[in-house]
Amino acid sequence: MSTRLATQGRLINRDKRLEFTFNGKRLQGYEGDTLAAALLANDQMLVGRSFKYHRPRGILASGSEEPNALVNLGEGARLEPNQRATTTELFHGLTATSQNHFPSLEFDIGEINNSLARFLPAGFYYKTFIHPRFAWKHVFEPFIRQSAGLGKAPKEADADRYEHFYAFVDVLVIGGGVAGLQAARAAGEAGARVLLIEQEPHWGGRAPVDGAVIEGKPAEDWVKDTLQALEAMENVTLRNRMMGAGVYDHGYALGYERVADHIPGSDLPRHRLWRIRAKQIVTATGAIERPLSFAGNDIPGVMLATAVRDYVVNYGVSPGDRTVVVTNNDDAYRTALCLKRAGLDVPMIVDVRPLVTSPLATEALQAGIRVETGKGIAKVKGRKRVTGVALCLQAGEGSVIEEVKCDAVAMSGGFSPVVHLWSHCGGKLIWDEANAHFRPDPARAPTGAQGEAFVVTAGMASGAMTTGEVLADADAAGKAAARAAGFTPRRFAAPKAAEEPSEPMAPVWMMPQGASYDLRMKMWLDFQNDVKVSDVQLAAREGYESVEHTKRYTTLGMATDQGKLSNINGLAVLADALGEDIPQVGTTTFRPPYTPISMGAIAGEARGEIFQPLRRTPIHGWHEAHGAHWEPVGHWRRPYAYPKAGETVEEAVHREVLNTRRRVGLLDASTLGKIVVKGPDAGRFLDMLYTNMMSTLKVGRCRYGLMCNENGFLSDDGVVARIDEDTWLCHTTSGGADRIHQWMEEWLQTEWWDWKVYVANLTEQYAQIAVVGPDARHVLERLGGMDVSKETLPFMGWQEGKLGGFDARVFRISFSGELSYEIAVPASQGLAFWEALMEVGEAYGMQPYGTEALHIMRAEKGFIMIGDETDGTVIPQDLGLHWAISKKKEDYLGKRAQARSFMDNPDRWQLVGLETLDGSVLPDGCYAIGEGTNANGQAEMFGRVTSTYYSPTLGRGIAMGLVHNGPQRMGEVIRFGTPDKSFVEARIVDPVFYDKEGEKQNV
Amino acid sequence: MKRYSAFAIAKEALNNHQGWKRAWAKAQPKRKYDVIVVGAGGHGLATAYYLGKNFGIRNVAILEKGWLGGGNTGRNTTIIRSNYLQDPSAAIYEKARSLYETMSQDLNYNVMFSPRGVMMLAQTEHEVRGYKRTAAANAFQGVETEFIGPARVKELCPIMNIEGPRYPVLGALWQPRGGTARHDAVAWGYARACSAMGMDIIQKCEVTGVRSEGGRVVGVDTTKGAIDCDKLAMVVAGHCSHLAEMAGFRLPVESVALQALVSEPIKPCMDVVVMANTVHGYMSQSDKGEMVIGGGTDAFNNYTQRGSFHHIEETVRALVETFPMISRLKMLRQWGGIVDVTGDRSPILSKTPIEGIFVNCGWGTGGFKAIPGSGWGMAELIAKGHSPLTDEFGLNRFTEGRFIDESVAAGVAH
Amino acid sequence: MLILTCPYCGVTGEETEFAAGGEAHLKRFGPGSSDAEFESYLFARKNEKGVTFERWRHANGCGKWFHAARCTVTLEVFGTYKAQVTEPPKEILAAIRKRRPGWEPAA
Repeated sequence: MSTRLATQGRLINRDKRLEFTFNGKRLQGYEGDTLAAALLANDQMLVGRSFKYHRPRGILASGSEEPNALVNLGEGARLEPNQRATTTELFHGLTATSQNHFPSLEFDIGEINNSLARFLPAGFYYKTFIHPRFAWKHVFEPFIRQSAGLGKAPKEADADRYEHFYAFVDVLVIGGGVAGLQAARAAGEAGARVLLIEQEPHWGGRAPVDGAVIEGKPAEDWVKDTLQALEAMENVTLRNRMMGAGVYDHGYALGYERVADHIPGSDLPRHRLWRIRAKQIVTATGAIERPLSFAGNDIPGVMLATAVRDYVVNYGVSPGDRTVVVTNNDDAYRTALCLKRAGLDVPMIVDVRPLVTSPLATEALQAGIRVETGKGIAKVKGRKRVTGVALCLQAGEGSVIEEVKCDAVAMSGGFSPVVHLWSHCGGKLIWDEANAHFRPDPARAPTGAQGEAFVVTAGMASGAMTTGEVLADADAAGKAAARAAGFTPRRFAAPKAAEEPSEPMAPVWMMPQGASYDLRMKMWLDFQNDVKVSDVQLAAREGYESVEHTKRYTTLGMATDQGKLSNINGLAVLADALGEDIPQVGTTTFRPPYTPISMGAIAGEARGEIFQPLRRTPIHGWHEAHGAHWEPVGHWRRPYAYPKAGETVEEAVHREVLNTRRRVGLLDASTLGKIVVKGPDAGRFLDMLYTNMMSTLKVGRCRYGLMCNENGFLSDDGVVARIDEDTWLCHTTSGGADRIHQWMEEWLQTEWWDWKVYVANLTEQYAQIAVVGPDARHVLERLGGMDVSKETLPFMGWQEGKLGGFDARVFRISFSGELSYEIAVPASQGLAFWEALMEVGEAYGMQPYGTEALHIMRAEKGFIMIGDETDGTVIPQDLGLHWAISKKKEDYLGKRAQARSFMDNPDRWQLVGLETLDGSVLPDGCYAIGEGTNANGQAEMFGRVTSTYYSPTLGRGIAMGLVHNGPQRMGEVIRFGTPDKSFVEARIVDPVFYDKEGEKQNV
Repeated sequence: MKRYSAFAIAKEALNNHQGWKRAWAKAQPKRKYDVIVVGAGGHGLATAYYLGKNFGIRNVAILEKGWLGGGNTGRNTTIIRSNYLQDPSAAIYEKARSLYETMSQDLNYNVMFSPRGVMMLAQTEHEVRGYKRTAAANAFQGVETEFIGPARVKELCPIMNIEGPRYPVLGALWQPRGGTARHDAVAWGYARACSAMGMDIIQKCEVTGVRSEGGRVVGVDTTKGAIDCDKLAMVVAGHCSHLAEMAGFRLPVESVALQALVSEPIKPCMDVVVMANTVHGYMSQSDKGEMVIGGGTDAFNNYTQRGSFHHIEETVRALVETFPMISRLKMLRQWGGIVDVTGDRSPILSKTPIEGIFVNCGWGTGGFKAIPGSGWGMAELIAKGHSPLTDEFGLNRFTEGRFIDESVAAGVAH
Repeated sequence: MLILTCPYCGVTGEETEFAAGGEAHLKRFGPGSSDAEFESYLFARKNEKGVTFERWRHANGCGKWFHAARCTVTLEVFGTYKAQVTEPPKEILAAIRKRRPGWEPAA
């Protein structure tokens, strides 16, 4: 059984007990425990079920490489699925449940998949569930989905908050083991701004656990001293609980700080995402121990040798009473010795190497541990917990020599440097034959903005294997990074470590070498996804030879640990099956993040109301206070209508239209774009931008203009006013202001840079209010201060002056066909002006109206709306706007395009009005349907509705549309298809439905 | 070809699965082929498959510089839908979608087509009108879609927050027979079927030159030697400009990085595919349980198959807003692909200035869903010189100004 | 996430501070040009796999358009320069050749 030891536990505080629950069971741990350590201390080795076969899963590792010990952490609005127990700090009141089983962890009905494992090899689902066709969606897929997945889906919105943080440093050091500490120190001493980050709460990494001796003192002390030295440096920042999540182009890195995971309910943000710009990045990310592939290596109780040591030394927890150690290298002997020192039983070290004479082996023998060399594990016995191992010759086929009782197995297959961060941005690897691992190739580092290498590795991440090598490499890395960042390193020597002589490891990818199929189908490579040696061999046999094919076919390395433990072992099995060398087969691509990071942290604070900035007109607050029903328009909100109590939105719209047509209405038009174009060449410039002639516009007058893109399509429209000899004010659509302003700048800066023109976007400098309706003039007259008579201010004229004490520019333009004034006042006076208008307007029954009334009124008048009549495929000629296209101009943007064969063609869909025969409203966006079909069997369509409304003014439906040769077909009745495939008949009519002569606006 | 079935698996299980043959044969290039398809992604393999199946042209080689299915076929978010607005798009995507319905049976390879339904959210009045228009067009294009209201959206996808606050959901365009499929399996299934017809799939074979004589293609040079052909199909997505340059013409295409990500797997919580164009994000849940999320593209040319984090951030922000429960899920992996984008954002399936060379490219961010339809049309174009599915997608449309612009309906996401 | 330096205001900033604007040094063709010229101006793109000249705008900064010489494969930036030129300046070409000996611009 696994239990808490009376001694050891350098990271726990035995004075502080913490209560927590696992699957509802109340348990206790100590401050400083990880959840995994605390579970082991309570003899809870079984912690979950695997993905595919629902096999019992125990704790395998002690860090972020853990594939098995995933739990649902917390509840309700704080439920987090798939949380790694090995990296979860224990806190008081923690609740965790195990995952992927029904009805319970101990008895899981899904385990039937395990009994059927022989029938469910890699990729079986590609070969079956094919017939009958409907069954995949209705039978097989639902079943597979239910049995897959791991953690519970959260149901509630997240109760926690998250934030982003920006940092700019010379050198970012990722990893706070002895390598990272030394690299940071070397870089810091050179004067570089250094940020050193460590994913665990503790500094120093493995060295203190392994008993390394540095500068003549225990690693633990050296770490303390170095930390102190680093903390004293002003140019060095230290951050623990912060993982280097990803390295991106040009020295951009992500740090993922788990600020309050261990103190839930505090007012701190749960996670903080650091967005770091570093001139140089040092990855001191250590190495991960590899499992060994033997039958039953997935049974709870089989653990990584380093993890066993970690639990004993760091947490005072023994994973088992009797632990068999199985290894292909010297390091695992440390685990055996550590267990022995803790008073635990190590019945045997099984070493595949034929002869081992290293000091560690000698020490083990002296400690009375039996060492069996040249041997392997034939199989592990047990189901939910190891009960023993069967010993065999490594060189054989697995005949059992002896069975050894034990309740834990510590395995070590060698070490792989953590090369993820090196690789994220293109760093390349080389195969290290001696250590049987891939390590970074310093000659092919990721390159930055100047083509310079910007990542350097340090310590075990470089492939250094002893503490001495690690420190020397890290010291050099820190200095190199500082130098590359423009600093001169100090000439201090790297710290020395005590010698750690060892014998070479022996690459072993399968145990025993000649294992039968029955054994191979029980050798796990990927513990979470249930990928075994036999699966990879099957993939190779079936031609899935690329490492990416094998990965995808078997799902090797695709689990939540992203293959940290399985990739190299799988690769070696694949290479063997293909008869190729491992480096020739290559690795899969390493992608960010290093370990999964929360979506909440990625989203940061941009949630709810501040998800996106909201643009507000100066009158926004008034609209809100007066019950506006909003419509999002770009980043603006505009009132769609102002429903009164007891009124539907639709009723409000109709009231607003009628009130405006009969009396007077008020519209907040502040979102309209207002761009001033000024300079000696401004007229010439606008003649290029607009299809019509703007240079001839008289000062004091307004003209409606159209803009096209270079493809000839209509992109914006609006009224242009000439302010003075070299100044024009261009109105754009609400959505178009920024786009058109940029469009102008683009042409001025990149094509006609010698033209003397300035443009400025004044959209938000002014509030613009339309006073519309037969009584509009009376309202303004009552406000007083400016002569707004027909004579002084005729239709399509504008003037400036005081209106009711406000600085105003008044345009006599109309988008409704009514007598209409659009009045611009400085934004700061917008609300006061609006309120002043409301006050004087009361006598005339003035009411505000929203965008929908605006739309209806413009449609009644046959005015086009950008975005309705146009959609990016419509040219002005389609809309009968020939009058707004200058024939005199040699050139304007879009002119050449409109001369192409498909556009310079009368045979197009063109604008008409449409009236249903029964007065009903045509459905939105419906199409005119002909009799035939095209070559693809689609019904012939020859037109479509672009705008359709109920006209309260006319008391019936009106619509505008584009119809093939429409203007030549006046009076023709055509049929429109509705989404339910019925038809509505409509007559083609003039698109101007109301006041065809334009008398009402010109009074 | 040994047929796949539950029975075959059971039989093999008793034989320790030693009897399974290669899904596709290992091949060395012959001296000459009737047709060479460059690019063993979904589109290239489907082109070859329908050349064989529909036109009996089986002396075909498919050349692949890396591993088959290793480009965008294996990097996309696997959404299948055909709710396009313009006739030519609706035709080819619906042809593709209908072929997906029976693909597992046709290829005897389970591609796991899951017609779970795709919805595109309308979050502005403009989108409402745009999607109503699409639904109206689809009704007469043979594409089954409907515009649904917010209550139905919520019923179909309970984890969605339809109330905003920033962009309340006003409705959605719903295609009940849209869905997803297993992307790798599509490539593998076609590859197996092509190989069974005697075609040569040659991996790790990069084209280094295109040879033509008198304006007519005669063959290609490759890292495995020169190979002659009568006809050549370039189906290499993001790398098409490069290949076209070898043949001496230029394409109206730019290559940019597109990003995607997945979460860790969780138990089923979302049965439909949701695309939200106003806030820029789309998401579905794979059969494994991962939330599969599509991100944005860079605006600059990029061949690195990775991208900038800010696109991921933008997408995740949009989705956390739309699906608040994903906040406590974790991003497992992000990746990028190189997509080729044309001047009107619609693909090119076309003859080229060199006789005998055909090009299939420009699928931008939405090519996976089109694979079978694209292959079907492309095969017909190669075999017969034209196809109703591809006729409107010719290169000449850029000269004539006859664009197929799908961004007009509302959003532009694929 | 690229880093670029605006040649106008001198600010070195993140990619998100800028907006990419496509291939640089395109010659505009207007009325009177042939169909082929016009199509090429609007659509045909070099789409280089390697050194490319492209337009950027300092969108969240000084607002100026400028050009960058950049490699689309390694993403390294050889230099940025003002937009008021019809071809890359000599010093930019020299900077590219310094790091890529033998490099020649595509026709």
